Amino acid sequence: MRRLKDLIENRLSRRSVLTGTAAAAMLATAGAFAPSLAQDVNTTGLAVTDDTVTVGILHSVTGTMAISETGSVQAEKLAIEQINAMGGVLGRKIEYIQEDGASDWPTFAEKAKKLLVNDKVAAVFGCWTSASRKAVLPVFEQYNGMLYYPTFYEGLEQSPNVIYTGQEATQQIIAGIDWVAKEKGAKSFYLLGSDYIWPRTSNKIARKHIEKLGLKVVGEEYYPLGHTQFNSVINKIKLKKPDVIYAIVVGGSNVAFYKQLKAAGIDMTKEKPVLLTISVTEDEIRGIGGENIEGAYAAMKYFQSLDNENNKEFVKAFKEMWGDDIVIGDVTQAAYLGPWLWKAAVEKAGSFDIDKVRLASPGIELTTAPEGYVRIHENHHLWSKTRIGLAKTDGQYDLVYETEELMEPDPFPEGYQ
Amino acid sequence: MFADYTWTELGSIFAMQGFAGLILFSVFVLMALGLAIIFGQMGVINMAHGEFMILGAYVTYLCSNFVQAYIPSLFGIYFFFAMALAFVAAGALGALVEWALIRHLYKRPLDTLLATWGLSLILQQAYRSIFGAREVGVSLPNWLLGSVPLTDIIEIPINGIFVMVLTLVIAIGVYFLLFRSRMGMQTRAVVQNRVMAGAVGINTEKVDRNTFALGCGIAGIAGSAFTMIGSTGPTAGQLYIVDTFLIVVFGGAASLLGTIASSFAISQAQSTMEFFLSGSMAKVLTLLTVVGILMLRPEGLFSLKMRR
Amino acid sequence: MTNVKSFLSRQDLLGLAIIAAVIFVLMPLAMDIFRLNLFGKYLTYAFVAIGLVLCWGRGGILSLGQGVFFGLGGYCMAMYLKLEASTPEATAIQSTPGIPDFMDWNQITALPWFWEPFNSLTFTLIAIFVVPAAFAFIIGAAMFKRRVGGVYFAIITQAIAAILTILIIGQQGYTGGVNGITDLRTLKGWDIRTDEAKYILYYVNGALLIGALVLCQFVLKSKLGRLLVALRDKEDRVRFSGYDVANFKIFVFCLAAVLSAVGGAMFTLQVGFMSPSFVGIVPSIEMVIFCAVGGRLSIFGAVYGTLLVNWAKTTFSETFPELWLFGLGALFIAVVLVFPNGLAGLYRTYLGPYVDRWISKKPPSGGTPAPAATPADYDADPAAKPAE
Repeated sequence: MRRLKDLIENRLSRRSVLTGTAAAAMLATAGAFAPSLAQDVNTTGLAVTDDTVTVGILHSVTGTMAISETGSVQAEKLAIEQINAMGGVLGRKIEYIQEDGASDWPTFAEKAKKLLVNDKVAAVFGCWTSASRKAVLPVFEQYNGMLYYPTFYEGLEQSPNVIYTGQEATQQIIAGIDWVAKEKGAKSFYLLGSDYIWPRTSNKIARKHIEKLGLKVVGEEYYPLGHTQFNSVINKIKLKKPDVIYAIVVGGSNVAFYKQLKAAGIDMTKEKPVLLTISVTEDEIRGIGGENIEGAYAAMKYFQSLDNENNKEFVKAFKEMWGDDIVIGDVTQAAYLGPWLWKAAVEKAGSFDIDKVRLASPGIELTTAPEGYVRIHENHHLWSKTRIGLAKTDGQYDLVYETEELMEPDPFPEGYQ
Repeated sequence: MFADYTWTELGSIFAMQGFAGLILFSVFVLMALGLAIIFGQMGVINMAHGEFMILGAYVTYLCSNFVQAYIPSLFGIYFFFAMALAFVAAGALGALVEWALIRHLYKRPLDTLLATWGLSLILQQAYRSIFGAREVGVSLPNWLLGSVPLTDIIEIPINGIFVMVLTLVIAIGVYFLLFRSRMGMQTRAVVQNRVMAGAVGINTEKVDRNTFALGCGIAGIAGSAFTMIGSTGPTAGQLYIVDTFLIVVFGGAASLLGTIASSFAISQAQSTMEFFLSGSMAKVLTLLTVVGILMLRPEGLFSLKMRR
Repeated sequence: MTNVKSFLSRQDLLGLAIIAAVIFVLMPLAMDIFRLNLFGKYLTYAFVAIGLVLCWGRGGILSLGQGVFFGLGGYCMAMYLKLEASTPEATAIQSTPGIPDFMDWNQITALPWFWEPFNSLTFTLIAIFVVPAAFAFIIGAAMFKRRVGGVYFAIITQAIAAILTILIIGQQGYTGGVNGITDLRTLKGWDIRTDEAKYILYYVNGALLIGALVLCQFVLKSKLGRLLVALRDKEDRVRFSGYDVANFKIFVFCLAAVLSAVGGAMFTLQVGFMSPSFVGIVPSIEMVIFCAVGGRLSIFGAVYGTLLVNWAKTTFSETFPELWLFGLGALFIAVVLVFPNGLAGLYRTYLGPYVDRWISKKPPSGGTPAPAATPADYDADPAAKPAE
């Protein structure tokens, strides 16, 4: 009985699409694009009409993760607006449906399913934490959707239904450790993180790489998410006197950690110890306070202060849309790449069909990315440069180093597992 | 793990570690004192306690912005005004909440839990709507940052000393207010026998409101002080709530001395274990020990013997 | 049937019939499979809510840690499904094929001993009942024998929820950590992700819920149910009458735990993963709210309360994500201040009398017609008095 009902509904909706396209074809106005018929560019029943295409934005607007995900939502909306201003994708304006994951992983899965099954969106830009991505992953694979995931993350994953626009762990970690070993002459490392998969996996890779270089890890330590008292670990750090404190603390703990580090007299502006982090973007510094983190180094692919034309335009547009006092972090920039990469892939494929977009994706390049040039690898991650920034009191990073070459993404690093 | 160090280094580290434990102790007392007053004296479970603390933090944030913008010359001492203002703001909100919500629920302690949980959700969303979902950075005067080096290794964080002194002042203040003042006498009378207290002419409703407001006000001060060591965001209050309740229950709900003793025990245990174990395990072990002891001694460390 | 009638009055039967009709007929007709699957997910929370009616509404034991039992049931199921999904063929790219993927990421090279038994479906099904029951028994025995109750019990259960969450997240090599156990595919070779499977699981879930309702109604109408109300209102008097109060409390707490665990297991099957975010304090308190909104004294009310709150959550957060928390917070306060008996109380006050009259027009055909909530249930507990 259900089947029958579905069948009828499908028929009906297909017919209405057909009549719609017929009407559009009759009225076909010659624009910059000669709009191709909806049924040509969309053979799988996605929400594509003759002049619009619908995508989904899926982030937490409420709950504990809202703090981090707000920037990504803003970046994605900006990209969509800019693409629309340029004439859209295949002549179609992008419309978006925004859903709230509410910092709750099952809600993410539920909303992802809604976007794919009910709204039939052509792509989803979203998720932030690994847990939310893991929760939606089976949904995207089952219903064949396309997710553009912006966060730097632990790797160990490669899905045909996800494009990872942030860096995976090896890209961020290896260049950073090489740099600190070479430039700062670091010999010993203290690894510290919040207790969940990303910091643990990242520290694992870091430890392997440090030992490969013949250097020493003198401590490794994890604290529950939301932990606010770091005096004991700071004492341990003082006891071990490491050359580098390698910190992957996230969320509210971040603020507590850096404030207490500074208060305990560990001055990061001095030669030793060097603090190297992969989890503090400009966004986080707003909460921490620039004066508390001055002198720390961060290894990631983007800083708001990057001095290139793309980035200047991006920062200007972002501030015009969302206000002058806003800061842009690594993930925000990666989220901004999502819609652009999708647009390029759709136009290369000449179709919105998920399978065709997937086939077209590897090799897609973006020369207009604020971080510079990026390219999609066969494994759906991005080739990108890794940069080291020095935190200043005004909450911005100064670029002190960037890799010569694009770093190859390697989600399943040999010898690091 | 200590083989490679000299005795001086070890001595210094143990001194530092002891100091870290003391800071944690002060932080716990500051968190729990307001709750202990409300829970212990009134039997009300205030799940929104963390949100009252964050209110204090946001008041401090506003003060710091205001002072920086208009009277930068006073920036060095604004923190004291901010704390006073945080006390007033949180206390006023507390009085309002007592009037609108709590006073209808005195006979149903478990229901206050649900109602105040609802209140905490509303406050969180209110903070989010007003201040944004992101954490805000509170600028502090320079003299509050940094540390005093005693020896090469021993460095005493100034904000730690500040929190300790503040805790001491507030604890003494609460002691005098509850045990040496007329208001305190009335409060204790109402706790011990509400009907009799009413019969001898004590305005029990007013006492209730003042007590609740006092507890919330202290939470506000705590929140204000915690801008020095923690984060200020809409959901930051949630980080404190379980610890705080455990401290109060562990100490024996009706006893302020018990709250202080339990803060001391838990903070020392946690900070020692954190030094030897990983942070997550230390936390689990501390919580397990507390729950274990509570199962053996449900009335907590200190309890008032009284007829029910 | 006479047996059944002794504990199911006409009103109860009507209530059951309506719930059954809603679950089995109305919703499948009205909703597509996506919405129906969501609805099925809400129904798994209803197991927790009716358990809370028993131990909180009737027994006066407020547990803020029901998420623990929901999680235990869900994790047992998830462990079995994960093992089935982690065949050596499916996990060939791992350095140790044949173990769950998250173990491989954490350098665990052999299946931990406590995972081994979960290769067996029989063991898993037994574990879903026994593990939470045993855990609840330990907590209950330790607390109730020492006469810990009320607020203290609530806060200690809350702490247990916090501890378990930290443990699960911290031991990620064995538990999947904060991500939980994800990507579950088949049950005994049967793909649980297809639409047909979702329909079948939905109906199984519905049938289990009806079964749980009947069981709870039986308990409530038995002598045990009466004793529960008595010890909620005057524990000492029950004790002085020679009853061992603690044993009754332990029993009802274990029963509620098992119900939650069944809900958790069904949740895992329908949603396809389990994560520590169902174990912690926040979900546990939310579950109490489901129960409170429905009416803490009525098991039928609890089901409707669960559905209403979750429906509101989904709808509001789709339409006004920013306002959702205001609405939820206001709902908490309103339920406590204005409608302490929730939906069931509203029904009793406004609709119940008409229904009773309508039913009693027909002559009762045996058994004593007991109203769903007799006045005695409301006495003594001021919170429980219906607004009149």
